[in-house]
Amino acid sequence: MKYTEEHEWLRPDPEEGPDVVVVGITEHAATQLGDLVFVELPEEGKTVAKDDEVVVIESVKAASDIMAPVDGEIIEVNGAIVENPALVNEDPLGAGWFFKMKVDDMSTLDAMMDEAAYKDFI
Amino acid sequence: MADDDLLETPLTELHRALGARMVPFAGYTMPVQYPLGVMKEHLHCRAAAGLFDVSHMGQVIVRGDGAAAALERLVPADIVGLGAGRQRYAVFTDADGGILDDLMVANRGDHLFLVVNAARKAHDIAHMRAHLTGCEVEEVTDRALIAVQGPGAEAAVAALVPDAAAMRFMDVAVLPSNWGPLWISRSGYTGEDGFEISVAEGAAEEFAGPLLDLAAVEPIGLGARDSLRLEAGLCLYGNDIDTTTTPVEAALSWSIGKARRPGGARAGGFPGAERILRELEAGAGRRRVGLRPEGRAPMRDGTPIFAAEDDADPVGAVTSGAFGPSVGTPVAMGYVPTALAEVGTRLWGEVRGRRLPVDVAALPFRAAGFKR
Repeated sequence: MKYTEEHEWLRPDPEEGPDVVVVGITEHAATQLGDLVFVELPEEGKTVAKDDEVVVIESVKAASDIMAPVDGEIIEVNGAIVENPALVNEDPLGAGWFFKMKVDDMSTLDAMMDEAAYKDFI
Repeated sequence: MADDDLLETPLTELHRALGARMVPFAGYTMPVQYPLGVMKEHLHCRAAAGLFDVSHMGQVIVRGDGAAAALERLVPADIVGLGAGRQRYAVFTDADGGILDDLMVANRGDHLFLVVNAARKAHDIAHMRAHLTGCEVEEVTDRALIAVQGPGAEAAVAALVPDAAAMRFMDVAVLPSNWGPLWISRSGYTGEDGFEISVAEGAAEEFAGPLLDLAAVEPIGLGARDSLRLEAGLCLYGNDIDTTTTPVEAALSWSIGKARRPGGARAGGFPGAERILRELEAGAGRRRVGLRPEGRAPMRDGTPIFAAEDDADPVGAVTSGAFGPSVGTPVAMGYVPTALAEVGTRLWGEVRGRRLPVDVAALPFRAAGFKR
């Protein structure tokens, strides 16, 4: 599992492919945002560059953008969180995942924080 | 603003002990939410009862012969006709008919008791001292103000102060208690039945404690307070009403007493009366309405509203908007031209560059639970 400074997590998903990761937001981020009430996900098949705004989330308080953590292609999105945004608060590392990405260059993950580094970061 | 520049209320320590997330609000450090979270706090208040610290609001006593008549020089509400033991909503207006603040006015027999907005209390007190000649305007600074709201509020408050149960909506009373005299009104800012209770600051924690010990009562922060009042169709000063909106535009004509209207015993005589009374007769050009977005995306304050999907220029804007936890959809309020103010009118709000459908909706979004 890798973490970004934007409080996203990336988990390799070898069953989907050697270059596929699942992306979501951390528990810390979900707590800070408060109860989510709206999620807008990208279209499957969309090619994205790192830092592209790919997801819009709104909590009871405000709207935020979730950015693509790396270059790649969105191959699957989690429609369940569109129907029930509260899933992100209830299970941010599991059922509240956002999308799966086919990553252009898996070595770009090497520079990201591991769990210990992320815990220090927050 | 650094935390140590912020004012605290008599319940600030209690909020911290309850695990509240504190934020700056109107110069105070206030709880925006507790560990339960905004959504569950909102729903709990609608299902049982919530306790709110509203001690940041201004509590003001106005004394003097003819205080009611004097206050009528600043507000369009009927204050002279307000019976002892009763409370009424009012707005301070300016010479252009704009709204300087909204407030509650209670007749406590030999004086008036006012509750004004935190961010406006310094202004309001100066305004009254300048204009209420012959009256004494005293800010009450040694009392907390605690709201208990929700269908379980009566049972909760009556457990500590049995006589409160006999009060009706907008009654006020001073009731003796183990925590000293309580200044109680049966009112609130949630659309639910409930009470607002002024208690001596030194007794505030001791009073709030046993209320919070009741199974029905959870502490509620400013986050849920905002979504509760929005579902109830109640205005937030600075968002939905300000000096650019008149009471008629703001759909607050109901707060203008019959006696203050043309043909009434004390018609006019408040700032901006010419414009406000003209708008009462002929209508205003725009009106505050409920807005219900068709989709799931909330339309926050500032969202421009268009009459047609491809119009170049907006016809109005959202002034308050959020997800309504009890309604289960986004809800909003805003101003639109009177010709487009009819319930059901299809309009368009621009969110993140896209025009999304939104319908004019009746206010409140949720029926009030007042004990009349």
